[in-house]
Amino acid sequence: MSRSPGALDRLSFEGLLHALSALALVLLLAPTLIVLVVSFTDGLSLRFPPPGYSFRWYRELMEAWQLHYALKNSLTVAVLATILAVGLGVLAALAVARSPRLSARLLDSLFLSPLILPALAFGLSSLMFFSLLGWPVSVATLVLGHTVVCVPYVVRNTVAALTQLQPALLEGSASLGASRFYTFRRITLPLIRPGILSGGFLAFMASFDNIPVSLFLRDAATDMLPIRMWQDLEGRLDVTIAALSGILIVATIGGIAVMERVTGLSRRLV
Amino acid sequence: MFAVALPDVTTYPLRLASPLALFFAAFFAAPLVALLWLSLQGADGTFGLSQYAAFLGDGFSLGVLLGTLWLGLKVTAACLVLGLPLALVATRAGGWVRGLIILAVLTPLLTSVVIRTFAWIVILGRQGVINSLLSSLGLIETPLRMLYAEGGLVAALAQVQMPLMVLPLMTALARIDPSLWDASEALGAGRWRTFLRVTLPLCLPGLIAGSVLTFAAAISGFITQSLIGGGQMLFMPGYIYQQAIALQNWPFAAAMSVIFLVAVLAVVLGFNALGRLARGYAQT
Repeated sequence: MSRSPGALDRLSFEGLLHALSALALVLLLAPTLIVLVVSFTDGLSLRFPPPGYSFRWYRELMEAWQLHYALKNSLTVAVLATILAVGLGVLAALAVARSPRLSARLLDSLFLSPLILPALAFGLSSLMFFSLLGWPVSVATLVLGHTVVCVPYVVRNTVAALTQLQPALLEGSASLGASRFYTFRRITLPLIRPGILSGGFLAFMASFDNIPVSLFLRDAATDMLPIRMWQDLEGRLDVTIAALSGILIVATIGGIAVMERVTGLSRRLV
Repeated sequence: MFAVALPDVTTYPLRLASPLALFFAAFFAAPLVALLWLSLQGADGTFGLSQYAAFLGDGFSLGVLLGTLWLGLKVTAACLVLGLPLALVATRAGGWVRGLIILAVLTPLLTSVVIRTFAWIVILGRQGVINSLLSSLGLIETPLRMLYAEGGLVAALAQVQMPLMVLPLMTALARIDPSLWDASEALGAGRWRTFLRVTLPLCLPGLIAGSVLTFAAAISGFITQSLIGGGQMLFMPGYIYQQAIALQNWPFAAAMSVIFLVAVLAVVLGFNALGRLARGYAQT
């Protein structure tokens, strides 16, 4: 017979557990929902709930050419940084994933370290470095800086996919006479593709949203969207920014849904 | 029989890592070396530790550094208190509850930090959600000041960084064999005892990983700190930015960055050392 631990123990634990979880869910979701609702206000202020609903701030957004320009820059940099990060990151992940050598472990830690180090300190050091070299800030310096902080997502996700790969599949392919490259192309690559895709998606999102590096490596000609939004918010509370946020939130949720379908994104995010 | 030794096809040569290693040497390590070098330039053109002495000998600067680390600890604690129950519920529930929690964690993680911080301005402001709710209930007469106050900043940072705590915890909790929970209960341990003696020790690796990520992100959360904290509260990232951009005092900003990097690294290594101790404890 097992002794009963007591109803109070059970009730207090489950009660507190579910109360805290509910609080955490509200904390996680409420801010996003509130911005979405406020963006449809017909008033001038960010009151919640809004006095009435309209699309006026979304129409206003079409005229905001500064935001369009910053969006174009941000997209350009994010696409280029993602391409560079995926190219370099996948090769590096192949090299370090299954290697038992100490040097591979050290390289792995090095490639992941930008995740922990404060990006602002890295942004400042990049600015100093490029100015010592005499390189003016440009799209190129932005892409180089962003790639450093985005590459960890590609390396981590590709390494995770590679460690889940069954070695027997590769050995089977080789024992049937396939060359190393053929095995890579026909076995390894298709099996790790979801990992590469989700790593690339996260790298793109990290670059698109990056502020600490862009802050130092851009100038007036390379205005970036998150920085423009931040500066607009510091000056005055602008409902146009709420409308832009609404569009970005919907695009992000759409992106998550597609990636979840294609790659099982949530299982790869640790 | 032929005994043909097949080449090892499961690993790839380490030289495939050289393009990224070279890239990191050129655009990650070299800038950090430049930072270190510049931080050793004194105000009067001498080479030495005078910038470090200026920072460490200044009560205001030290206060900013300690305040930043303290803020990180508070945010990490808040994320842990709310994130661990959420991760536990998600792991035990499965099905649509688990799906809902994963969506709730992923959406803020991938939504722009500016947007999430902006949402907090709408919530905490004088005409914000909380103030209008409290005044319509007749609980307050004048709006509470939550923006530009530390409590509001901790709440906003906790929301922004919570996913970084919940995801590693969910992974660690999913690795625990559910029969261990059943066994603990069958042996007479209550829910609290099972949580403290079985669940908590076994999820410590995830807890440490989550704490490291949350802490590192919270203390460098420049946007949230500047928009919610306002001008009154200064933290290391804002202080570095101010010295570098507004005052163009590069050597001092460089020395501050190095001190900030070292402080972060020390805290991360401290967390990891705790993690190793904890793993030993979990195995006994």
